[in-house]
Amino acid sequence: MTPPATPATPWLLPEGVAVGASERDLGVYLHVPFCSVRCGYCDFNTYTATELGGGASQASYATTAIGEIALADAALRDAGLPAREVSTVFLGGGTPTLLPAHELARMLAAVADTWGLADGAEVTTEANPDSVTAPDLAALAAAGFTRVSFGMQSAVPEVLATLDRTHDPARVPDVVRWARDAGLAVSLDVIYGTPGESEDQWRRSIDAVLALEPDHISAYALVVEAGTKMAARVRRGELPMPDGDDEATKYELAATVFDAAGYGWYEISNFARRPQDRCRHNIAYWRSHDWWGIGPGAHSHLGGYRWWNVKHPRPYADRIAAGTLPLADGEHLTPAQREDERILLGIRLAEGLDVGAHLVGRLPGLVSDGLLQAAPARDGVALLTLRGRLLADTVVVRLTD
Amino acid sequence: MPPIPSAALNARILPASTPAELLRNFCIIAHIDHGKSTLADRMLQLTGVVDARAMRAQYLDRMDIERERGITIKSQAVRMPWQVGETAYALNMIDTPGHVDFSYEVSRSLAACEGAVLVVDAAQGIEAQTLANLYMAMENDLTIIPVLNKIDLPAAQPEKFADELANLIGGEPDDCLRVSGKTGEGVLELLDKIVELVPPPVGDPNAPARAMIFDSVYDSYRGVITYVRVIDGQLSPREKIVMMSTRATHELLEIGVSSPEPTPSAGLGVGEVGYLITGVKDVRQSRVGDTVTNFGKPATTALGGYRDPQPMVFSGLYPIDGSDYPALRDALDKLKLNDAALVYEPETSVALGFGFRLGFLGLLHLEICRERLEREFNLDLISTAPNVIYKVTMEDRSTVTVTNPSEFPEGKIAEVSEPVVKATILSPSDFVGTIMEMCQNRRGTLLGMDYLSADRVELRYTLPLGEIIFDFFDQLKSRTRGYASLDYDISGEQVANLVKVDILLQGEQVDAFSAIVHRDKAYAYGVMMTGKLRELIPRQQFEVPIQAAVGSRIIARETIRAMRKDVLAKCYGGDISRKRKLLEKQKEGKKRMKQIGRVEVPQEAFIAALSSDGDSKDTKK
Ligand SMILES: Nc1nc2c(ncn2[C@@H]2O[C@H](COP(=O)(O)OP(=O)(O)O)[C@@H](O)[C@H]2O)c(=O)[nH]1
Ligand SMILES: C[S@@+](CC[C@H](N)C(=O)[O-])C[C@H]1O[C@@H](n2cnc3c(N)ncnc32)[C@H](O)[C@@H]1O
Ligand code: SF4
Ligand SMILES: [Mg+2]
Repeated sequence: MTPPATPATPWLLPEGVAVGASERDLGVYLHVPFCSVRCGYCDFNTYTATELGGGASQASYATTAIGEIALADAALRDAGLPAREVSTVFLGGGTPTLLPAHELARMLAAVADTWGLADGAEVTTEANPDSVTAPDLAALAAAGFTRVSFGMQSAVPEVLATLDRTHDPARVPDVVRWARDAGLAVSLDVIYGTPGESEDQWRRSIDAVLALEPDHISAYALVVEAGTKMAARVRRGELPMPDGDDEATKYELAATVFDAAGYGWYEISNFARRPQDRCRHNIAYWRSHDWWGIGPGAHSHLGGYRWWNVKHPRPYADRIAAGTLPLADGEHLTPAQREDERILLGIRLAEGLDVGAHLVGRLPGLVSDGLLQAAPARDGVALLTLRGRLLADTVVVRLTD
Repeated sequence: MPPIPSAALNARILPASTPAELLRNFCIIAHIDHGKSTLADRMLQLTGVVDARAMRAQYLDRMDIERERGITIKSQAVRMPWQVGETAYALNMIDTPGHVDFSYEVSRSLAACEGAVLVVDAAQGIEAQTLANLYMAMENDLTIIPVLNKIDLPAAQPEKFADELANLIGGEPDDCLRVSGKTGEGVLELLDKIVELVPPPVGDPNAPARAMIFDSVYDSYRGVITYVRVIDGQLSPREKIVMMSTRATHELLEIGVSSPEPTPSAGLGVGEVGYLITGVKDVRQSRVGDTVTNFGKPATTALGGYRDPQPMVFSGLYPIDGSDYPALRDALDKLKLNDAALVYEPETSVALGFGFRLGFLGLLHLEICRERLEREFNLDLISTAPNVIYKVTMEDRSTVTVTNPSEFPEGKIAEVSEPVVKATILSPSDFVGTIMEMCQNRRGTLLGMDYLSADRVELRYTLPLGEIIFDFFDQLKSRTRGYASLDYDISGEQVANLVKVDILLQGEQVDAFSAIVHRDKAYAYGVMMTGKLRELIPRQQFEVPIQAAVGSRIIARETIRAMRKDVLAKCYGGDISRKRKLLEKQKEGKKRMKQIGRVEVPQEAFIAALSSDGDSKDTKK
């Protein structure tokens, strides 16, 4: 189903999204589409001031986003969804911390005022190491943020240079300490498989991450996305294409070392010290919970209905100003698609996926191929082995075809 | 003004009532590209049967594919009036196919003539097919008229090649006419010479009719059009005729001559050449070489020389898109109406799905059929490597005929025999060493070598047919910078040390890649094929050995390393739809995979491995 480009009345959610809603958490994702420079590997929906051409301004962004929160609230009410407090809030980007802390606080307050924050709600913001100061972090904590996720990416200057990262690696321990002092939980994002990165360099990044004793680590394999500057450099032969075997070796190394240091995996790319350190917002994605994505290009999901906003901040702002939800397109999932997604997403979690009686017969083969763990499989639960985590796509195809 | 006979004179040469002494039946024989079709064009123009306006180059090469490739696949016959002195003559020109694959058709069309114009490119000299066709013409006792063509070319060396020709066929260099099919120079004189030198046909006008079929073509509007040369007696419209090999009877719906468009006539008499239409739909019912006689007054003995076309080269043909299989079957059924030499039967391959095994006269025949199927029926096809026919004798003396390597018998084999050919290679003498080396590598035996002139050599070899059907011709051309020419004729069989090499993927045999090769070449084939497949087959989540085996003995091995990572481990902020669509695509892709044991192989990999251009690119990520 495709909503009309400019609905005359606030858009109505399709029927059925309310079914089972009380069993699902509600999360809010707030996208902040600004960066000071664009990193060569990044294809996220983000804009530097020059790319925006001075239109939709960073200064008015929080106000615009708060406008969408109000429209979202109306739409949820119209759809007859039960009032639910928000369990998790995640500010992502882009670089949310490019906006002043009080603007981020204002957006969080709007969420809290509109829906209420559940007790112990998880409130995260992404931050670039060079975009925050100690007072900023203290202000965020005071405003209700509980977590900060720093884009560390690597501890090795040459690797950071290949990634076009501007921050000084020496600053990372500082921002981590400031966040700690402010009472925020800390997560670090790292990337492995950057062109030219040696195994040894990756090992140094792993050690540097552990030395900072974060609560949570996300380790992502570098993807050369089409249309990025890095893709052009690879095409021209200036950089080698990341190699799958190298990435596999690096993942295995990281997963093993993290585990030995007390960071167990709870999702393929995510590691946490204790269960309560896991990113609940993230887990909600893998469990197909409900969330509303605020901001240009943000994706949302409610009870089997997925949609996404217009991508560019300018039409986004225009639509909010006109009092309409800024939808670009959406899809109402068929039961078969929902089932595919349940498997596709759920398989990534360390808690395992109850595959259901109809698929139990496929588990022994996957176990004997070393992709799933044997004991949970006996109970009908698909739980990836280390090898299976790297070959999760194979597992998903074999469970869904 | 060329001597085109007046209406009064023409009345003497009407079809069905032309006295035999006013008829001249001739063909033009030449190596490919020496200008046979162009020369025929000039004759059509000079005799006025095609006016300049309607003229297009290579008028008689009718099929698109012929026109594009510049070759003549189907022979045709044209009746042309020509006046010498005060007499009008009817000349029947038969344009024969030049290639060895169609040598049977060539020999039948030669048998319909009394004379042959031997065309030699004055810039190239005698080539292998010149010789092959000449020998065939001589066997048929034809009067040979040697002609040097393309004398307009600056590079023409008529003196040199006139000597070559005189050496070859006897007579004086001066007997060689010099013409240009392009400018028309000398063509008039050639037509006069044909009247002068080619003997008129002889036959018994009162005997029961005997007409030899020298061509048979399918026309989608009219059904099969049969070209005949009447030896004895008379054929008339609407009468019933009998095909002597099958005893099948048909009614003559139409009989006539081509000039060059089909023109119905009052019949065909002794020595005449023309066409018959009976309404049959399949060229097999009207076979080249067969004898046509009257139903009411049948002849007792057929003209000699009829034989079934023998397929010599076999290949599996598969639709690239499996759902095209019924379309391929229909296309073959249609094509066969037009091509009596084409044989096929259904075949199933693990790697390629449903298809057919086809038998061809030779490689060009294969290429032409495949191209016609693709072009005229809009099919995308893949063919397996061509192979010849093998006779396998088991130790218990039972024999098995193998046209598909995967049918090669297991067990105790006493001997294997393969077809051999007599090949004639003509080349500038500089390349003799290269050619000898090539033939040696392919198990050739030198029969003889002659110098045609100071710097041109004829080499005669016996070679296994199986050794020349792959890339011998291409190799020969490229190693001699295009100067050498080849012709060959099946000459028999020989016992050879042949083995079947199988290709195994994780222990499972992949049928489409089995090959029968000489024991000494088995290793090279194994290394080549396993290497190719290693490059082409995507990595699986386990290690995949690719082996080449002779019987149970592994002779070559490659390994596709296991794929270790396929998961997308990147933060993707809620865009689940994209991820699901990716999964849907992966599932689609998997459906198109061929499963060999546990290994999933995209059909494209098999296709790429079978395509002959060896430089397969590494497609793995
Ligand atoms: N210059 C020149 N070219 C010719 C002559 N005759 C034929 N050709 C060219 O030679 C090529 C082959 O001619 P074609 O008649 O198709 O040869 P075929 O294969 O023997 O039928 C064509 O490109 C013709 O245009 C000629 O007398 N002079
Ligand atoms: C929304 S992004 C940006 C967060 C923040 N602006 C930054 O760059 O630090 C979140 C994380 O995704 C990861 N990421 C971004 N682009 C990636 C790519 N092309 N391949 C793999 N990981 C990527 C990075 O680790 C990044 O920290
Ligand atoms: S700072 Fe983060 S979001 Fe911005 S361009 Fe770089 S990687 Fe992308
Ligand atoms: Mg021709």
